[in-house]
Amino acid sequence: MRPISYSRATAVADAVAAVAADPTSDFLAGGTTEVDLLRQNVLLPRRLVDINDLPLTGIEDRPDGGLYIGALARMSEVAEAPAVRERFPMVAEALVLGASAQLRHMASMGGNMMQRVRCGYFRDASSPCNKRDPGSGCGALDGFNRGHAVLGVSEHCIATHPSDVAVPLVALDARIHTEGPHGRQVHALDDFFLLPGATPHLEHPLEHGELVVGIEVPGLAMARSSCYLKVRDRESYEFALTSVAAAVDLADGVIRDVRLALGGVATKPWRARRAEELLRGAPADIGAFRRAAREELAAARTTPLNAFKAELARRTVVRALATLTGTEHAS
Amino acid sequence: MSAPDIPSRAPARAVLPERGPEPVRITLTVNGVDRAVEVEPRVSLLDALRERLDLTGAKKGCDQGTCGACTVWVDGRRVLACLTLAITCEGREVTTIEGLAEGDELHAMQSAFIEQDAFQCGYCTPGQIMSAVALLKEGHASDDREIAEWMSGNICRCAAYPHIRAAIRTVRDRA
Repeated sequence: MRPISYSRATAVADAVAAVAADPTSDFLAGGTTEVDLLRQNVLLPRRLVDINDLPLTGIEDRPDGGLYIGALARMSEVAEAPAVRERFPMVAEALVLGASAQLRHMASMGGNMMQRVRCGYFRDASSPCNKRDPGSGCGALDGFNRGHAVLGVSEHCIATHPSDVAVPLVALDARIHTEGPHGRQVHALDDFFLLPGATPHLEHPLEHGELVVGIEVPGLAMARSSCYLKVRDRESYEFALTSVAAAVDLADGVIRDVRLALGGVATKPWRARRAEELLRGAPADIGAFRRAAREELAAARTTPLNAFKAELARRTVVRALATLTGTEHAS
Repeated sequence: MSAPDIPSRAPARAVLPERGPEPVRITLTVNGVDRAVEVEPRVSLLDALRERLDLTGAKKGCDQGTCGACTVWVDGRRVLACLTLAITCEGREVTTIEGLAEGDELHAMQSAFIEQDAFQCGYCTPGQIMSAVALLKEGHASDDREIAEWMSGNICRCAAYPHIRAAIRTVRDRA
């Protein structure tokens, strides 16, 4: 781990000005990604600007029934908030199924959006990685890629986006609020996470010094009936192999409206728009769920090691929808 | 769309004071006592506790936030000391396993771990106990399944898990 220097900010404008003025400075929030990757020599900032004293911890109700979650609210605080548990259960469930109790006390919501991938080749500073070192190649393409993505991949990067909570948030059309050298910006979450394409080192549209200050979750009545289903190699404290965030508005056995997003299978939190389209107006039965899941995964590009994920994701979608709608699941 | 009240384009101070990279003098409040120590900003809370303050209860297992052996409390919340920089703890209350006992009187959870034989090699035990006490405060110990889930950030290579859960149940049911 290289030497670093340290500043602590108490005002958003000070933190933004300090980092924006210095390409070698990074923000430090919960530290669960930053300190880990500093120690691996994957991140190499000269200075950290500690933002933990900034007044960005609130969880506020919005007039439309939605929420504004301060970027420094910790994962554990958001998971326990009554408004989140009642109105957006899939968000609370995704948070509680992520990481461990200790990490959830440390990690901030803004930091969760900015966390880096868990790809072993990205995290190993001596392996080629187009994300860490553009143009150096991708160790994962022909390497150990059992956990890697099957949707949204390119020939330059197949790293899976690791966040759980970003999956329900993208289903909810959440928006990221930032404060930066050019003032306040609002980014739709689906546009905030970039596909790797030929530039996997670009993960967000943020400029240097632009700070995530909050996450706006629009009100959505059917989110009260929502769930997050996570499938993983062990029962707890593990990243998803596949996951599904789903909310359904059901009337007389027909799906009036639906929100669906996938985790663990894509290079970004994956909004399943094709599946949503097929499900809207369809009867809530296993056949419709299977058809929607099949269509959404049709674009999957797999490797011999991760080919199982396409089928696992299809089954996870069907299971989540069946559970949510109380549909008989003929296995 | 209205944004919450966060000052936009407020005048910024030209330069934030910068400390390091050479060792800087910081004050940590550990188990209720102010302790001055010279550390580089890159030094973890775990290394500061163990190497500078001779508080070797918190253990270094993985040093990458996966095993839980370094679990301490910062401002009353259980966190991982290996992924926490010591300098970020200035002005916060740090509690370690050494701060649990009252003089020679062990904390109830420490006694329960002994009674229930909740360890073999003992290396993970300080982290397990700091997590277990926090778990009861957090209120997620209703049954063994919930205890297992909310203790999953503390790995025990000897697999003393059934006895660890028994110790937690004992203290929970005494309260």
